[in-house]
Amino acid sequence: MPDMTPIKNPMPLLDMALRQTSFNEVAQGYDEETARREARRCLRCKNKPCVAGCPVQVAIPEFISAIACGNDAEAYDIIRETNALPAICGRVCPQEMQCERRCVRGIKGEPVAIGRLERYAADTAILSDGDAAPDALKQSEAQPRTSSEEPQVASCKAATAHIETGKKTVKAAVIGSGPAGLSGAGTLARLGFDVAIFEALHEPGGVLTYGIPEFRLPKALVKREIDSLRSLGVRIETNTVVGKSITIDDLREDGYAAFLIGTGAGLPSFLRIPGESLNGVYTANEFLTRINLMKAYMFPDADTPIRVGKKTAVFGGGNVAMDAARCALRMGADVSLVYRRGRDEMPARAEEIEHAQEEGVRFELLTNPIEFLADDSGTVRAARCVRMELGTPDASGRRKPRAIEGSEFELACDTAVIAIGNSPNPVFVKSVPELARTAWGGIDADPQTGKTNLPGVYAAGDAVTGAATVILAMGAGRRAAQEIVLEYNNSL
Amino acid sequence: MVANALYKIINKRPLHSTVTWMELSAPRAARRAKPGQFVILRVDSAGERLPLTIAGADPVRGTVTVIYQKVGATTNKLDMLDVGDALADVAGPLGEPSKLEGIGSAALIAGGLGIAIAYPIAKALKAQGSRVDGIVGFRNTDLIILKNEFESFCDTFDILTDDGSNGRKGFVTDGLSARLESGKTYDEVIAIGPLPMMKAVCALTKKYNIKTTVSMNSIMIDGTGMCGCCRLTVGGETKFACVDGPDFDGHLVDFDEAIRRGRYYREQEQESMARLCRLTGEARACRI
Repeated sequence: MPDMTPIKNPMPLLDMALRQTSFNEVAQGYDEETARREARRCLRCKNKPCVAGCPVQVAIPEFISAIACGNDAEAYDIIRETNALPAICGRVCPQEMQCERRCVRGIKGEPVAIGRLERYAADTAILSDGDAAPDALKQSEAQPRTSSEEPQVASCKAATAHIETGKKTVKAAVIGSGPAGLSGAGTLARLGFDVAIFEALHEPGGVLTYGIPEFRLPKALVKREIDSLRSLGVRIETNTVVGKSITIDDLREDGYAAFLIGTGAGLPSFLRIPGESLNGVYTANEFLTRINLMKAYMFPDADTPIRVGKKTAVFGGGNVAMDAARCALRMGADVSLVYRRGRDEMPARAEEIEHAQEEGVRFELLTNPIEFLADDSGTVRAARCVRMELGTPDASGRRKPRAIEGSEFELACDTAVIAIGNSPNPVFVKSVPELARTAWGGIDADPQTGKTNLPGVYAAGDAVTGAATVILAMGAGRRAAQEIVLEYNNSL
Repeated sequence: MVANALYKIINKRPLHSTVTWMELSAPRAARRAKPGQFVILRVDSAGERLPLTIAGADPVRGTVTVIYQKVGATTNKLDMLDVGDALADVAGPLGEPSKLEGIGSAALIAGGLGIAIAYPIAKALKAQGSRVDGIVGFRNTDLIILKNEFESFCDTFDILTDDGSNGRKGFVTDGLSARLESGKTYDEVIAIGPLPMMKAVCALTKKYNIKTTVSMNSIMIDGTGMCGCCRLTVGGETKFACVDGPDFDGHLVDFDEAIRRGRYYREQEQESMARLCRLTGEARACRI
């Protein structure tokens, strides 16, 4: 009989004093007993609505059932069949918008804590498996379980056999080592391709490394996932800006036949208000890159500095805004988060919003900045803001905020962080003018297959969709990799 | 990450007491480098990302050369390495190459270390048959670098020092002004050096309505257009020095903003330097 407790087993959290001062991981993860208890809340519905809500169709009831029965390793293997990075997804997926939103238990009470259980399975496997993990992973994708519902995966199995028995190994170049690239590279390597990932920065991981902070996604975990790709034979060439250091044509000359572009959405959007170039006004990308990639929170032990003032204002309502606000808080600032809509409209994961608020980030909702004001040295001293109200729903269905006349006020801040979104980074695409792009600068690729207008060139993730989520990028990377396998299977 | 054997120091020589010329193994950057582009390097695994203009590239040897002045912790740490040592990272070439096509005659103005950036441009201009009037300025005679190398690519060459200890006494603007007053015209003036120098050159050439290109060396992190740290205002628009530049139309650049943004981490730079001095006990480096 399922456990009919109406609420999720709570996630144990780091001590609040540490949360406010250190970059240690906040969510501590379920222990074994809690995980078993939570797993028993699953009703094992026949029609599996949760699976339909998952961008990579993880066999959710099956893996939860394995946990309930005490088979954690099996649970992990089940997840790995369709999800290359479960330890990461368990932490950063917006489950409340995806699998958990469809969970039948959510109708009367809270859904099953699917994300927390996914993380539990992954963390347990990592702890217990050690070096054996990569070999087990090699098997999982080559011999998929869910053949009945996923003809593409079944075809991949045939492709594997072909490529592995043939003499010729296809060389595939993956451009960008973020979620789309890592997931695509893993799929290609497991299916017998000779894979190299080209990364512009000095560390691989893309947004997992430069964007998402340590307290939400420990970098050791990212490193571990990347090492497991290396053990599959994937080469990672850092410091290589494709389009600058090397071109697609160079790579073709070097024998690369297939290309998977996962260059992400790394071009920061600006508010386009006066004062945005004042000192102390950061884009979230700069703020988070200094902290996460360059470890500026350890300055001067790390060489890269950051200046976080006494009062920091973060503008935006997504995960990036929450990350920036919580970083600033840990560096000793009094933090306001300014968002033009209401709390219910915030696009961030529910858990991040809760954590930010618990830690002491003050929310200035229905508020919009109109100008940054400077002190004598040209550093920001305040943001002039206006209060907003929600009007009629716009095309996206969200109620459009509009300014309330006469409501202007000054919000004092000596550091401001703009976290209102990113669009695809143009550096790579500019180097390939013949690659078709969308009107807004994304790569024009088939949303199902990732196929672009150029032969052998596929694209996936935020570079195609614009800024979205880790799991969507991973799903797209994997699908594109499977298409590459099909293409080269047919043409060999 | 440990120092990467890929990025070995092949050659190194001091140009004077605080400026060093260094040849680095970086095959990819060497193969694609064009005048005006830069590399970003990290000295070690805790290092910051330091952009340095590529002074020269040898695709056959797989090397790029950079010239740096020991001003802060990172450049001092870099200078402590010797031939055979390796850097943690070298990425590049980054930025847009200088656009030199169609320039029949140019005044190439370099101030101080800016000559290191101007040098490959002089070479490229000469190679395409442009007429080049070189005007270079230094604070004093002890700081002069690359004089002969630069001069060899110029049709005329003027050197000025702030104190008159070499060449004429004065600033590069005095040298340029003298030429413009005598009726000389140029297709383009290219000015490379400290921000106040480039600002002054632009103020002068604006009066004569001569197209003027400047090279902006803003503070950068990724150098690929991601962080926006290096942003500057050009003709009222936000541009990124790393991907839109580093060359810009000097008459449109908001220099005062660039000067202000360049100073934002001064205290932290001093703190880093003081820490390095404590760690190495090197009194010489502590002149801040």
